[in-house]
Amino acid sequence: MTGANGLTIAAAREALRRREISAVDLTMACLTAMDAADRLNAFVHTTPEIALAQARAADQRLAAGDAPALCGIPLGIKDLFCTRGVPSQAGSHILRGFRPEYESTVTRRLFDAGAVMLGKLNMDEFAMGSSNETSCYGPAVNPWRRGNDDAALTPGGSSGGSAAAVVADLCLGALGTDTGGSIRQPAAFTGITGLKPTYGRVSRWGIVAFASSLDQAGPMTRSVRDAAILLGGMAGHDPNDSTSADLPVPDFEAALTGDIRGRTIGIPREYRMDGMPAEIEALWADGAAMLRDAGATITEISLPHTRYALPAYYVIAPAEASSNLARYDGVRYGHRAALASGDGITEMYEKTRAEGFGREVRRRVMIGTYVLSAGFYDAYYNRARKVRALVRRDFDLAFAAGVDAILTPATPTTAFPLGQMADADPVAMYLNDVFTVTVNLAGLPAIAVPARLDATGLPMALQLIGRPWDEGALLNHAHVLERAAGFVAKPGKWW
Amino acid sequence: MAIDIETARKVAKLARIRVEAEDLPALARELSGILSFMEQLNEVDVADVAPMVSVTPMRLPWRADVVTDGGIQAEILANAPDAREGFFAVPKVVE
Repeated sequence: MTGANGLTIAAAREALRRREISAVDLTMACLTAMDAADRLNAFVHTTPEIALAQARAADQRLAAGDAPALCGIPLGIKDLFCTRGVPSQAGSHILRGFRPEYESTVTRRLFDAGAVMLGKLNMDEFAMGSSNETSCYGPAVNPWRRGNDDAALTPGGSSGGSAAAVVADLCLGALGTDTGGSIRQPAAFTGITGLKPTYGRVSRWGIVAFASSLDQAGPMTRSVRDAAILLGGMAGHDPNDSTSADLPVPDFEAALTGDIRGRTIGIPREYRMDGMPAEIEALWADGAAMLRDAGATITEISLPHTRYALPAYYVIAPAEASSNLARYDGVRYGHRAALASGDGITEMYEKTRAEGFGREVRRRVMIGTYVLSAGFYDAYYNRARKVRALVRRDFDLAFAAGVDAILTPATPTTAFPLGQMADADPVAMYLNDVFTVTVNLAGLPAIAVPARLDATGLPMALQLIGRPWDEGALLNHAHVLERAAGFVAKPGKWW
Repeated sequence: MAIDIETARKVAKLARIRVEAEDLPALARELSGILSFMEQLNEVDVADVAPMVSVTPMRLPWRADVVTDGGIQAEILANAPDAREGFFAVPKVVE
């Protein structure tokens, strides 16, 4: 029997408006579930006092008939978002003790709409990782297991805490961010829906920056409709983010007509990778058949620069990170190393950053520093930006030829055991992003939709990629896929 | 292109991240591995391709050059590891 914490946002919205449940009761159900889920390590800072105060205020608005869609909906917030007075560490030791004096635009919008914050969610340090294992809090754990095997699996990354919390019914929805796949890969690993909006749709102001030309926040939810509702609460122009688009925010939920007759779905041949598991290959073909059965035309397309997206990403993202993370200097906020007598300011910077950053973050900052350094800037950084332009052009040509959406697998594998990649080459971990990273380079919207369980009982997902600024149509395609796939499985509770 | 120990030392210095001398060989190997993965980019013909500046063709907005914020010294210093008399405090910089 699922409690109120297991409701979708859409169902909770109706129950709240009909006064069948109060926001306080709904919030208490989530707080109780969170208390019993320490083993998942999903929430890393809980804010029950804030949550209950927001819930009481939401109940007053509901009683007064002033209830926006998200009024009274309990959400989990990725630790990357700055939330006023609440620890916001980006999963890093270097921000230990940091309590922002301001609120990110996205969380402010959601709170203004009556949403309830339950706490902050685990993530890879500075969103750099695909398994949640680079987190300073230790990894979040995937609620799913392989059959009767009790080995702990990764919920994916970097938004692993968000994914685990949503599928374990600790919150009704969660905020994630996606720089190379950090919403879609964990959504795929946990059997939930994860949407990365078009670059510029959601303000980045107040979100700890990783790679500013790629970062985009988005919803992680239990249904496509919920993703549409939550995106509507997050999106919109923000003068504080100069890359935020001054475009009207459409009613995304109204786009969910379920009718995709006459639409054209592209199947990119370059996503058929050597060594792709047969189950994922079969799922991809079945997904195409589901969309065809719904009246869409399926056509093979070519995105010829796909294989160069990952190396281009791993030049551009670390380059931007090395610049963004220069601000962690032990002066204005966060950790400062204890200094020896005679240490000057350079020693302070170097010791602070060596102690405060984890291994993967140090590695990426140094790679970024190298590719931006004199003599290598053209060979690496500028070349990668040229390849990025070609990746975008591939998509532009496909859309210009009449493709409405592109269907691909979401991830090359299902969730893998925590620790499995501990001794692997860093590049092996980067390969997790192979199907998702093209979308960030091209600034497009894309969504991971859970489709079925594999032979070991783990969720598998498909990805749909949409035209820029057309999240509505993308969500509608995803809605059709969701209905056809009929994925309803939930992990058995062991935590 | 492989990164030698001397280059690794230089990169760590530029990044202002302390790396102990005994850790430099492993760092050099790791960075070399990642860079060799990036060498694939050399296969792409990028002649006549302009480097991407903005993923969405857009003109960055201008704003009026006016004060929008201020008078929040306490908030700005609230998270500092060391703040004194209204300033951030750091080790002596000027000899």
